[in-house]
Amino acid sequence: MTGRVIDAAFGPPAEAAPAAESGNWTVRLRTRIAHTVPPGQALPDRQPVYVASWIYVFGVLTVAAFLVVLASGGVLALGGSAWWHTSGVGHFTNSLHLWSVELFMAFMVIHLWGKFWMAAWRGRRALTWITGAVAFLASIGTAFTGYLSQSNFDSQWIAGQAKDGLNAVGIGAFFNVLNPGQMLLWHVVLLPLVVGVLVIAHVVLVRRHGVVPPIDATEE
Amino acid sequence: MGAWDIAADGTGRYLSWGPIQISVTNLVIIGAMVVVFVLAILLPFPRPHDETPEQQP
Amino acid sequence: MSTSAPTQADIPRPRSPEPRPAGRRRDRTPDSHGFPTRPYDLVKEFVIALVAVSLLTAGLAAVFSSPDEKAITMRDWATAAPNDVVATATGELAGTTTSAGYGPPYNTNDPGQKLGPLPLQSWGGVRIPVDSANDLVVAPLTLAAGDPSLRAALGVWNRAPAEQQTAWATAYGDALAKAPDGDPGQVVAGDYGPVPIMARSFLTLARSGGLEGALTSSGNFYGGDQTRSLLLLADGAYLEDQARARHLGGDQWGMTNETGNYPGQPWMWLYTFWYQIEPFSSSGNADALVWGLMMLLSAALVLLPFIPGLRSVPRWIPVHRLIWRDYYRRYPARAGLRDGHDLTPPREGVG
Repeated sequence: MTGRVIDAAFGPPAEAAPAAESGNWTVRLRTRIAHTVPPGQALPDRQPVYVASWIYVFGVLTVAAFLVVLASGGVLALGGSAWWHTSGVGHFTNSLHLWSVELFMAFMVIHLWGKFWMAAWRGRRALTWITGAVAFLASIGTAFTGYLSQSNFDSQWIAGQAKDGLNAVGIGAFFNVLNPGQMLLWHVVLLPLVVGVLVIAHVVLVRRHGVVPPIDATEE
Repeated sequence: MGAWDIAADGTGRYLSWGPIQISVTNLVIIGAMVVVFVLAILLPFPRPHDETPEQQP
Repeated sequence: MSTSAPTQADIPRPRSPEPRPAGRRRDRTPDSHGFPTRPYDLVKEFVIALVAVSLLTAGLAAVFSSPDEKAITMRDWATAAPNDVVATATGELAGTTTSAGYGPPYNTNDPGQKLGPLPLQSWGGVRIPVDSANDLVVAPLTLAAGDPSLRAALGVWNRAPAEQQTAWATAYGDALAKAPDGDPGQVVAGDYGPVPIMARSFLTLARSGGLEGALTSSGNFYGGDQTRSLLLLADGAYLEDQARARHLGGDQWGMTNETGNYPGQPWMWLYTFWYQIEPFSSSGNADALVWGLMMLLSAALVLLPFIPGLRSVPRWIPVHRLIWRDYYRRYPARAGLRDGHDLTPPREGVG
């Protein structure tokens, strides 16, 4: 049905074959992408009237904090892993990174609390909840590898302690917290990628399904 | 605070109560998060006076 | 037909993104697109949020800064706690240190922890082989052996059978423990073989600042992997003493803490909580048990929508009545309760 809606709004596609039957991978991918979110809902300029509480701002605050985390982390990467020990600008950048992470975690948890009490997984939104929860756990792991990458006393102690937990379950044999070269790359490349993909999927799902209606609300 | 022990040893202030030990800083952060959560739910959300009438679907 | 992009008012509203096949249970949660709407600026909200968070971050950073306690070098350790260095080196040679008796991934000197019947630590395998005596003590000493007496001592050590090595080192370790303040200068005479010379030379090497390099790079120009240095440092008492003084010890909820008055990782509170109480606090398998329990609880968090009871808590404790009070008041007809309602996700699956 959404295909007909798109056709009505934008005219039929150039190809004669309906998208669903097209053997053309490009057409099928384009159709799939276009149907990910209902038309006009990727960046809507209207919202349901029940979205009227300050609790709703914590999702966007989390995303905003995530961007500040990435930006401050990017500046730290410009100088390298030891830059912040000897540079005033570097140390301030490290402070930006620390506090944006604290804000990110705080906003995310408040967002989680709100979504729990709203039972926001209702109405085919289980995957939205799941991507959010996994992003939360992945963020904790990302922060952990960040602490290991400070190249200071904190890193020494945390590595020595954490290795026992990970070694006890066999993970330490592959994920060596005593190896800063490995931990820094997990922190700067692998884990931010995982968190980033989860955040994007999470936001797309919210746009796809819309903001969950109030409990017991009806359309009529 | 009678039940809490407070340790202030120059390298950070900590409170302890039974098996729980927490830094003052962490407690403040968690407390602030709870306060913000409660306020977010209780504070009225403004409706602009000049908003266009709601559209029914 | 309008030439501008369609808005909500133009397009016939779909009831749901995909049509439902006949025979499926009706989804009780209505489509969010079926409700009255009002204008709203998503991008402006995002920009405001970004500016606000940036300013808040900059303010916090300017006022509170961030901690940076310098790493403990081997030289620092040797200067501050020389007796601890000597005792640790002796312990490595005797095989009594934590790393020496650790088990996988470093060696096979311990079966490792189990989660119930599952020997998870063993399953990891010895993928980071470290021979504490040879890799952490003998090898660096050999690299640095300019002194003839040290070279002679190393020769004696290397020629001796393993049992003799262990006997010398254990005896010296016991003697150090009995000496006042662990002072090697006040150790009673005994049969310690070359161990005292090796331990003293090890301290000298640590003081020289060359020990990290000998441990980390040995043969390789580029370092980057501090496994050996960190294992050696953690085998001593000095590192832990410094950590405990800063409330970072395991039984001090250290996982959640930071040096000074800074916030730590308060979100680790539940992970470290279990270590503080029985049966975990006195279990040799505490790490494996806590990890297993936290994996279970994490799975419960992720799969919450599918857990009966837990997913109904928001209905039983109606915080939502506060969140949506404005909507319930203005649309009482739409907020009627439906019988037998349960907050379930649709049976047909996610998405």
